[in-house]
Amino acid sequence: MTEPFLKVEDLCMTFRDRKGGLDVLRGINFEMNEQEFLCVLGPSGSGKSTLLRLIAGLLKPSAGRVRYNGSDTPPQVGLVFQQANLMPWRTVRQNIALPLEIMGIEKAEIERRVAEMITMIGLEGFSDSWPSQLSGGMAQRVAIARAFIQKPDLLLLDEPFGSLDALTRERMGGELLNLWQAQRTAVIMVTHSISEALLLSDRVLVFSRRPGSIARDVSVGLMRPRKEELRYTPEFQNLERNLRSTLQ
Amino acid sequence: MANYNHQEQTDLRLQSTDKPALEYLARRNGWLVAVSLVLFVVLWDRIVNWGHLPAFLLPAPQAVWKKLVTMISNGMLLDHAWVTLYEVLLGLALGSLLASLIGYALAKSPLLEKMFSPYLVASQAIPTVAIAPLLVIWFGPGVFSKILVCAMTVFFPILVNTMIGFRAVPENLGDLMRSMRATRLQKLRYLEIPSALPVLFGGLRIGATLSVIGAVVGEFVGSDQGLGFLINVGRGQYDTPLVFVSIFTLILMALCLYGIAMIVERRITRWKTIHRD
Ligand SMILES: Nc1ncnc2c1ncn2[C@@H]1O[C@H](COP(=O)(O)OP(=O)(O)O)[C@@H](O)[C@H]1O
Ligand SMILES: [Mg+2]
Repeated sequence: MTEPFLKVEDLCMTFRDRKGGLDVLRGINFEMNEQEFLCVLGPSGSGKSTLLRLIAGLLKPSAGRVRYNGSDTPPQVGLVFQQANLMPWRTVRQNIALPLEIMGIEKAEIERRVAEMITMIGLEGFSDSWPSQLSGGMAQRVAIARAFIQKPDLLLLDEPFGSLDALTRERMGGELLNLWQAQRTAVIMVTHSISEALLLSDRVLVFSRRPGSIARDVSVGLMRPRKEELRYTPEFQNLERNLRSTLQ
Repeated sequence: MANYNHQEQTDLRLQSTDKPALEYLARRNGWLVAVSLVLFVVLWDRIVNWGHLPAFLLPAPQAVWKKLVTMISNGMLLDHAWVTLYEVLLGLALGSLLASLIGYALAKSPLLEKMFSPYLVASQAIPTVAIAPLLVIWFGPGVFSKILVCAMTVFFPILVNTMIGFRAVPENLGDLMRSMRATRLQKLRYLEIPSALPVLFGGLRIGATLSVIGAVVGEFVGSDQGLGFLINVGRGQYDTPLVFVSIFTLILMALCLYGIAMIVERRITRWKTIHRD
């Protein structure tokens, strides 16, 4: 039997503090395959960000474990947060190039791949801009490009469009889908928007209140490629209603 | 963008030690400075004239000018200024090297900080002038003891700025570097140093002017060369023009160092001064 790409086993997380501890995650179990797009919905404070940090290997769990293809070492991950978190002292081009520089890839290759990526996210002409000169949406595009450029095995997105206006948000969801369709990595994305989760993902995990556990695990069987118009189909609206009822 | 929150949870009373006044001065229009300089000299000349002040109290500008010309032509000024500059620069280099290494260690390790910060704070209670004689006794009247005095003078402000700079490195970027499996050295090179650089430069800029003060203090205490030594000689012989020439040279030196540090800083932190239009 082959090992699943990602397997989360009885994962628990308690943050120690002076007053004992804060139970944040309790008994999380799920598996995903290497091309899956997974969305996580849940009340704030239910440990969604903590789950991503555990999967990225940035935190050690209090109990349980995360297995990657049957091993304990995390694969190449790309991280995107709610804030773009660009390095303000690096230009757009240099920010996108960062993961490749750290991997020690040769200069010409870096330049080629970065230029290609900048075209893909539609930021030609902004290559040499500083992050402080970008709008929120542009900065977040750069952050996504930075996560994609290293061709990660797993992409972890923590409310990546949370600070954008509704229109930009919709457009960027579409762009993310395009990038994902081109590279087909596994994605785990935390979001607050039910419709965003349904439009983008193959599967939605719904978290309970803190301490977070998986209240529902819903497959989204909608056809790909998906378009905005999907929102108005009865299928979509049923799923949406269904999820909304669990979240309340 | 407020990347550097200067509030710190450390035992040291950390404050960014900056001198906005000097930067403000440097930013004024050149010609305004020139006008005020001319006014200053004219006023000085008038005071000497109307007050009938003897030269050993306040020499006329012309007398100082004549002294300056002689001192330049016989090479005396450059010789002594060079010695002082040498002490200032080496002291600054030594002091900032030590301060940034120790500052980095303290910023990274709360344990080290708890162990050493009481000494560091206590050391600030002792004025450099009180230590300088000891250094001269221990290391002789040559340039080496002066370099140590300079290093001591610049140490603390640069240390504080280093700690503030490295503490303010955004945590999310640290996570990002870890997720990319950056080595410790790569983290230092790609994240910590660039992020701390503006604050480090702030420290260096202040250090540059403090180092000049340190050199003069050291030379006062015991030396046979340098601008501080010349001031001492001038005092002994009531050669006030000599004192004035030396003081002006020191001011010029401090301003130049400050200016150079500022220009380099602007160059390197260009991204900070560009904003969305
Ligand atoms: N490093 C930490 N130390 C202590 N408590 C933490 C830490 N990280 C997160 N928490 C707490 O864990 C809880 C869940 O946080 P988080 O995972 O960010 O939730 P979510 O992303 O679902 O909103 C919050 O109450 C938060 O304060
Ligand atoms: Mg969160």
